[in-house]
Amino acid sequence: MTYIPISPTERDAMLKTIGVKSLDDLFKDVPAKHRFPELDLPPALTEMEAAQELQELSDSNESTRDLVSFLGAGAYNHYIPAVIDHMLRRGEFYTAYTPYQPEISQGTLQAIFEYQSLMTALTGMELSNASHYDGATAAAEAVNLAWAQFRGKRTKIVVPPSVHPQYRAVIRTYTQGMGVELDGEQLPITNYSITDDLPPLVDNNTALVIVQYPDFFGRIYDYTKLIEAAHGKGALVCVVANPTALAMLKTPGDMGADIVVGDGQPLGIPMWYGGPTLGFFTTKKAYVHKMAGRLVGETVDNRGQRCYVLTLTAREQHIKRERATSNICSNQGLLALGAAIYMSVLGKSGMKQVADLCYQKAHYAAEQLSQVPGYSLCFNDPFFHEFALCCPKPAAEINEHLLEHGILGGYDLGQDYPSLPDHLLVAVTEMNSKEEIDLLVETLAEVSHD
Amino acid sequence: MTDSTATPKIVEPTIFDLSSPGRTGVTFPASDVPAAGLPPQGLLRSELPLPELAEVDVLRHYMRLSSFNYSVDSGFYPLGSCTMKYNPKINEDTCRLPGFLYTHPLQPIETVQGNLALMFTLQEWLKEISGFAAVTLQPAAGAHGEFTGVLIMNAYHKSRGDTKRVKMLIPDSAHGTNPASSGMTGLTVVTIPSDARGNVDLAALKAQCDDTVVGMMLTNPNTVGLFDEHIQEIIQLIHDCGGIMYGDGANLNALLGIVRPGDLGFDVMHFNLHKTFAVPHGGGGPGSGPVGVAARLADFLPEPLVGILEEGDEEQAPLFGFVKPAKSIGRMKAFHGHFGGGLVRAFTYILMHGPDGLKDISQYAVLNANYLLARLRNTYHVPYDRICMHEFVAEGRFEGSDVRALDIAKRLMDYNFHPPTNYFPHIVHEALMIEPTETENKDTLDRFADALIKIAEEAKTSPELLHEAPHITPFGRMDEVKAARELVLCCWLPENYSNQ
Repeated sequence: MTYIPISPTERDAMLKTIGVKSLDDLFKDVPAKHRFPELDLPPALTEMEAAQELQELSDSNESTRDLVSFLGAGAYNHYIPAVIDHMLRRGEFYTAYTPYQPEISQGTLQAIFEYQSLMTALTGMELSNASHYDGATAAAEAVNLAWAQFRGKRTKIVVPPSVHPQYRAVIRTYTQGMGVELDGEQLPITNYSITDDLPPLVDNNTALVIVQYPDFFGRIYDYTKLIEAAHGKGALVCVVANPTALAMLKTPGDMGADIVVGDGQPLGIPMWYGGPTLGFFTTKKAYVHKMAGRLVGETVDNRGQRCYVLTLTAREQHIKRERATSNICSNQGLLALGAAIYMSVLGKSGMKQVADLCYQKAHYAAEQLSQVPGYSLCFNDPFFHEFALCCPKPAAEINEHLLEHGILGGYDLGQDYPSLPDHLLVAVTEMNSKEEIDLLVETLAEVSHD
Repeated sequence: MTDSTATPKIVEPTIFDLSSPGRTGVTFPASDVPAAGLPPQGLLRSELPLPELAEVDVLRHYMRLSSFNYSVDSGFYPLGSCTMKYNPKINEDTCRLPGFLYTHPLQPIETVQGNLALMFTLQEWLKEISGFAAVTLQPAAGAHGEFTGVLIMNAYHKSRGDTKRVKMLIPDSAHGTNPASSGMTGLTVVTIPSDARGNVDLAALKAQCDDTVVGMMLTNPNTVGLFDEHIQEIIQLIHDCGGIMYGDGANLNALLGIVRPGDLGFDVMHFNLHKTFAVPHGGGGPGSGPVGVAARLADFLPEPLVGILEEGDEEQAPLFGFVKPAKSIGRMKAFHGHFGGGLVRAFTYILMHGPDGLKDISQYAVLNANYLLARLRNTYHVPYDRICMHEFVAEGRFEGSDVRALDIAKRLMDYNFHPPTNYFPHIVHEALMIEPTETENKDTLDRFADALIKIAEEAKTSPELLHEAPHITPFGRMDEVKAARELVLCCWLPENYSNQ
C-alpha cells in the first residue's frame, strides 16, 4: 500500500506537461549501471496485515505492564495522564515542522516558550532552551558550552563515577578530538565524600565539573559548597538532575549551579525502550550566547499582538555553519510539549504528590529490604527514589530469580562497576504499590535461603 | 512597525497567566505505605512555582494553541529539504502498542525480543535500501547522524596512523549542519563551489584533493534538487586521495529504488527517518538519524548494535541481543536510539511499502517536483533549469521590483499554503526551495502553481499586498529584532512570581 494520490491518467498528463514520456525518463542523470536496483525486501503489506505483524512483535515483549518493575537507572516508570497523548496526537502539533514561519506556528512557539518557563521554574535557573536529544547529550552539550566559554584555554572536565555511566560514555564520545582531558572517573565510589574529596581535583585548568542529583546511586547531597569551591577556581558547574526529584528537593539553581541538565522522560514521556525522550538544558543568562539549541523569545507582531519567535538564531548551524555552538537542528519539540502539558496538568500539587509518593515508597522498600537477612543498604546517605542494595549473591543471579517470579529487579551495578558485583540499584515510583514492594521483599528473602 | 512600548494585546494567555491558586488537575492515590518522613530540611526546596489549573483549563489552552499552527494534516507544506510528506495514521497506533511503549531500556534481552527483532530487521532493511554493509540506529536526528559519521571517518584514519588528515570538503550548497558537524570534531572545513549547471565544480574539487583530506560531505541530489552529473568522478577523486565519501541522506526521498548510495561508492550516510520514512516532524522533533557505512568502516560504528546472539532454526527463533563493534567510536546517546517514536514508525512504513512501493515514493516525488517546475519556470527564474529530482529552487525576485522571496513566502500564507524554504541554499539569490513530496495530488499542485503565478502578478500590480502579508493568518509579521534585544525567554521569574 502507498499513500500516493495520483491516478495513472493524471500521471500521464503531468508527464506530458513536463515533456517526458515515462517516469523512468526523469532519472537519466543517475548512472545507468546502478539505476533501478532490485531491492530484496519483503513484499508490501496492507494496513490490516501490518497492524497484525506489529501487534505480534509488541506482544512478544514482556513490558512493565506485564512485570512488576523496580528498574530505573535513568528511565523511570511513571503514570502518564491521558490528556497528554490526546494533545500530542493532534496533527496540528505533530505534523508541523520547526516553527521557521512564526505567523503560522504560534501554537508550537508559545508551547515551547511555556516549556522553557516551566523548566526554569523547576530547576531554579534563569533560562532554558527548547530541548536536546536526551539527558546524556544535554550533558555533553554542557561540556561544549564550557569549552566555548573558556575558548578552549581550560581543558579539564571533572566527572566523578557517580554520574550515569552512559552519560559519561557519551561525553567521552563527544569530546574525542577536542583536546579535552576527563578527570574524576578513577575516584572511589565507597568511603568517598563527593562534597569534601572532589574539590581538590578542581584546578585553574578546569572548565567544568559535572555532578548528578540524585546521583546514579540515588543519593542526594547539597552541592552548594562543592559549587563554591569550583567557582573559587573559576570553573563552571553542571548538575545533571532528575526532574521528579526537583519537585521536592532544593534546586540546583539555589545551590549556585551554572548549568542544569537532565532527561525529561519522567515528565510524562513513555519509556519507549529508551527513546525518544528529551534532554532539558537550563542555564544562567550570562551563558545564553554560548548555549546550543533553539530558543523561543517573546515579541510583538505588526498588529500589536504578543507573540513568539525563534531568537538568537545566529548561534545556530544554519547561520554560523562550522563556527556554530553545536550542530543541533532537530530537537525533541513534540516531547517538550508533552512535558509542558505534564507539568501543567499535574501542576504544583500533583508534581509535589508524585515526588512525595516516590520518596515514601522508596524509603518503605529500603527499610523492608534492609531487614531481610543478608541484604543491606550500601550507603547511609539520604536518597530520593532509588537506592543501592547490597546482596548476598551477585545481582545478576538475584535478578534471574526475580524474573522467574515476574519481577524486573533493579539494575545490576556490576555491569558498569566491576567492584560492585553484588549491588542492585532499586528504583521505586508512584506506580509501585505496597503489595508489589512486599512481593519484592518476600521474593528476595527466598533467594537468600537458597 | 507598531510602537514597541505599547502594551501588547494578548491573543492567548500563557499557562502561567491562566493559573489560579488552589486549582488542581491530575491527582494521585494516597500513599499506601507507612510515612517515612522527609529528607533533611536543608535539602528541601522552599517553593514550587508551577501553575495551578484544572485538566479542562490545560486541555483548552493547548487546543487553542494547536489552532494557531499550520501542519501537513491541514494543508500543502512544500518546504524544501524537509520532505513534509503525509504521516500515515497507522504508524501513530503501532508506535504506541503497549509492548513498545512500556518497555524499559535496561530490561533483560530475553524479555524484549520483539523490540530487538524489529531493530535488527530495520538495520537489515536500511542496509538493503542504501547499499551499505552495516547500520546503526542510535543517532537521534540527522545532525546527530552526521556527527556520528564524521567521528567514524576520523577514527578510521587515526586507526591507520594516518594523522595528518584535517580537511573536510563541503560544497557551498550544503546544509549548515555539515560544516557544523565537522567543526565539532575540530576539522577544518574547505568550501567547494558549484559550477554553472549546479554540480560540484570539479576543477575546484581537484585542487583540494590531497593527503590532508579526511573526506567529503556531499548531499546528492543536492540542495538545488539536482543529481550531480559527475557523481562517479567526484567519488573517484575523493577515494584516490585516500578520503572518505560521506552522503547526507536528507534527500534520500529521491533515491528509494532509484539508486543505492553504497553502490555509487559512498562510504557513510545518515538517514532521516523523519523525512524519507514518514516519521512526523513533531514541530521540530524528535527525528531519527541512523547511519550506514561501507564494510571497511563497520568496526567503528557506535556501540551497541543489535545482532543475533544465537542462530535460530525452524523450531526456535534466533536470540537477538547487543554487540559491540571492535573499534567503536563509543556511545552517541543513552540507551538505544529513538526506538518508539522513530524506529517503530519507519519499520511500519517500510513494511507497508515493500520494494515496489518504495520506488513509487521516489518516482512520484520526482514527478511532482518536475510538474511544479514545468508550471512555474516561465514565471519564476530557475537558475539551474534542468530535470530536477524531488525538489527545485526558484528565485523569489522580479526585475524592477522590490518584492523579495520573504514577501512571496508570506503572501502564500494568504492562499492557505505553507511557504517553501526561503533564503536557502545560499548559492541562489532570494531562494524559494520547493519540495512537494509524493503525497500531493495534481489538484493541489495546480492550485499552488496558480497561487504563485497570481502572486507574481500581484508583485507588479500591488506590491504592498506582498510587503504587508500575511493578512488572513491569526498573527502578522513579527519584530524579531525586539525578541533578540529584550530576550524575554521565560514568562516566569523568581521576583515576580511571589507577587501573584
